[in-house]
Amino acid sequence: MTRDRIPLVLLAIFLVVALAGLWTPPWALFILTIAFAKGLVALGLMLFLRAGLVSFGQALYYCAGAYAAGALGRYLGVSDIFLMMAAGAAVAGLLGFILGFLLAKYRGIFFGLLSLALSMILYGLLVKNEALGSTDGFNIRPSTLFGVRPDLEWLRYLVALSAAAVALGAAALVHRYLGTPLGRLAPAIKDNEIRVEYMGASARHAIHVKYVIAAVLAGIGGALAATTVGHIDPDMAYWTTSGEFIFMAILAGTGSVVAPFAGALIFAVIHTTAYDLSPNTWQMFLGTSLLLLIVFLPEGLWSLFRRRRAG
Amino acid sequence: MVALQAPQGRLMPAILDARGLNKNFGAVTAASDVNAAIEKDSVVGLIGTNGAGKTTFINMITGYLKPDRGAIHYEGRDITRLAPRDITRLGICRSFQIPQLYSSLSVRENMLVALGVVLRNAGLGGFFSRREPLVPGYEAPVEEVAERILERFGLTPYRDRNAQVLPGGVRKLLDIALTMAAKPRVLLLDEPTSGVSAEEKFGIMEMVMKAVKAEGATVLFVEHDMEVVSRFAERVLAFYDGRIIADAAPEAALNDPEVKRYVVGALRA
Amino acid sequence: MDQILAVIADGIIYSAWLFIAAVGLTLIYGVMKIINVTHGSFYALGAYAGASLTGAWIARGLPVEWSYAVLAAGALAVTLVVAPLIERGILRFMYARDEVVILLITYALFLILEDTIKLIWGVNPYFAAEPYALLGSFEVGGLPYPTYNLILVALAVISGGGLAWMLQSTRVGKLLVSVIHDPEVSRAMGINVDRYYMVTFAFGSLLAALGGSFTAPTVSVVPGLGVEIIVLSFAVVVIGGLGSLPGAALGALIVGVVRSVCVHYAPELELFVIYFVMAMVLAFRPRGLFSLAEPRKI
Repeated sequence: MTRDRIPLVLLAIFLVVALAGLWTPPWALFILTIAFAKGLVALGLMLFLRAGLVSFGQALYYCAGAYAAGALGRYLGVSDIFLMMAAGAAVAGLLGFILGFLLAKYRGIFFGLLSLALSMILYGLLVKNEALGSTDGFNIRPSTLFGVRPDLEWLRYLVALSAAAVALGAAALVHRYLGTPLGRLAPAIKDNEIRVEYMGASARHAIHVKYVIAAVLAGIGGALAATTVGHIDPDMAYWTTSGEFIFMAILAGTGSVVAPFAGALIFAVIHTTAYDLSPNTWQMFLGTSLLLLIVFLPEGLWSLFRRRRAG
Repeated sequence: MVALQAPQGRLMPAILDARGLNKNFGAVTAASDVNAAIEKDSVVGLIGTNGAGKTTFINMITGYLKPDRGAIHYEGRDITRLAPRDITRLGICRSFQIPQLYSSLSVRENMLVALGVVLRNAGLGGFFSRREPLVPGYEAPVEEVAERILERFGLTPYRDRNAQVLPGGVRKLLDIALTMAAKPRVLLLDEPTSGVSAEEKFGIMEMVMKAVKAEGATVLFVEHDMEVVSRFAERVLAFYDGRIIADAAPEAALNDPEVKRYVVGALRA
Repeated sequence: MDQILAVIADGIIYSAWLFIAAVGLTLIYGVMKIINVTHGSFYALGAYAGASLTGAWIARGLPVEWSYAVLAAGALAVTLVVAPLIERGILRFMYARDEVVILLITYALFLILEDTIKLIWGVNPYFAAEPYALLGSFEVGGLPYPTYNLILVALAVISGGGLAWMLQSTRVGKLLVSVIHDPEVSRAMGINVDRYYMVTFAFGSLLAALGGSFTAPTVSVVPGLGVEIIVLSFAVVVIGGLGSLPGAALGALIVGVVRSVCVHYAPELELFVIYFVMAMVLAFRPRGLFSLAEPRKI
């Protein structure tokens, strides 16, 4: 099993980013940073997918994290990227903890629809909120790191590096979680929840924990995306944003904590190139890819790399 | 209710005590004033035709159903209203008539899930714990314990096969093995030999009983095959129409005229 | 007093619109047990077809009075082309899959159709206000209301009533109810379930397309028209109960009136409140207001 090699793989990726990043143009570093941010959300979705649940509303936490970071900047003058991410994590985590009590009771389509409704509630609130700029949202100042404001040339690189550190670190923690009894419970919940209860474990509790973890990850991702792009608006909570995350998670599959980031990167690359080539066919391309994935590769791209199971 | 004298006096204390259990589903009486005191380390067979109330009895013990009236005590503690998962944590585990497995996982992975839950309930193996916790009751790491249990139940040849594609008897064994992974104090087996070929029936029960005797546990098993019952049970509870109509040693119970009429007779043409 | 009349009038009109938009979705779910995201696409397709055909009709100098039929024809045409393609071409092979998977498949199809619309009709807005303007307006509580809105109300009543009558009183309807309750048993009894699925999908999509085309004269038809409809329809259908016809009516009424109240008295809550009600219903009665309580899972 590759289980024990994952921490090394993550470290290797970080080093690659650190070194190669020095020669990478800023626009590519921008895409990479966004990929890490969205990959975090997809990583959270992966936790659900393993348990057989799909959340149609992860954008709720992505947006909550972004607005938390934005509010920190706008009202408290904070621009440190790590504080922004921490704020995103805290706000999203708290929200996830509270809502998790409700959501952990549902399965299947109702889990999906309820998560969707909750994300649209946030959208609805933000769109009509004048103080936060309603549909226009508002801007965020460029990030500082540990109180230092880097030159513009170095900013992209350092932001990308910070993003990599946080994202890969989070991935390592999630990987460790997946090795614990609670983490291992996911496929069991998906297959036979009743048996899980009769073994003496609480499926609801396990799902609640996963929900909070996914919320925290999405919150960090949202904050990171917000400071990188420099702007936040309510569209970050719209259901189409959740759809993008779902696409990334399905593309990645549930095999490894590295996969969601690969999925997010591929998505970012496709989005940029397909959109530049022909903005009016980008959704068609996305839809076709999603369709093909679901029909032919339901386990995600990662399943191509795994050995076939016997029997 | 025809009650025969319970075999030997109350030498051992009752580990499980059901008193005055009543359960109705609308017009159907599933349990009518059921009383049973189960002695520690005894092996009790539950017999009766379908719908007689055996499974309802088990479901009330495991917490899946709550009796309308009556109480169940386990080691002196009232467990009547507890949820199934809490009852399992106390040491009462059940296997299923139709094996309940994790179909997308391999046999070994199934066992790892079961042992993982054991660890978790003991507060071990969590996110913040050190690398290799020892499974309580086995004092060895999880992977090793899994192999040991699979070996004990003859499941090692199937260890990497998907639970989905196992033959019937093996599925049954895995289901029972998963139930016993937690080393329960009280083991409830729901038709452990049903759906299994005649040659395998005795083999399965032998394996189970051997493992049980090694650990020391109280066993209640629901069974339709009277040969299995007479061979393995020390005591038999015969159900009919929601009541216990006989409570005695196998030979006495199986020869009781009411039992013959309502249970055995009904099963043999 | 005038304000209350206005709230009620607004509420009824909006409810009617919501009902037309959502009834097809609940019908398809009821029969096929799938949540059909392409519902929004058919709405948009109907709007574009209706608007462009009406525009061409008017441009040729043909009588405006017939434009209503043109709108309907546009919706019908576009449904007859696209619906069978989707159902027979793709969905039919996927019914065995999990309902969440099928939802994602319809989502993928929705994305494809969004761009297909752009390719066919371009990105510039379409206007087809003539059918709307023709009917003038009337007064309610001192405020002018476009008479055209009554068409929407009429359409809602006709489609709702028609469906209800069909399900209760016709042979086809009763067989459909059988399919709704148990496709396996229906198949065993000799009902051609596949054909019912195809017809249901087409009919449900037609209702969405009609909703779109008859709304077109009141808005500017632009890309992205279908996107908002999807979540709104979800909300209506969930509140009333997935698969329930009276539920869709009740859901539409509730959402319509609540939104109307908000628009008049608390505009900041307008969007939020719809999804809030949806979440509340999901939290306390997940199968919707018009359903039997389901046995609780673990």
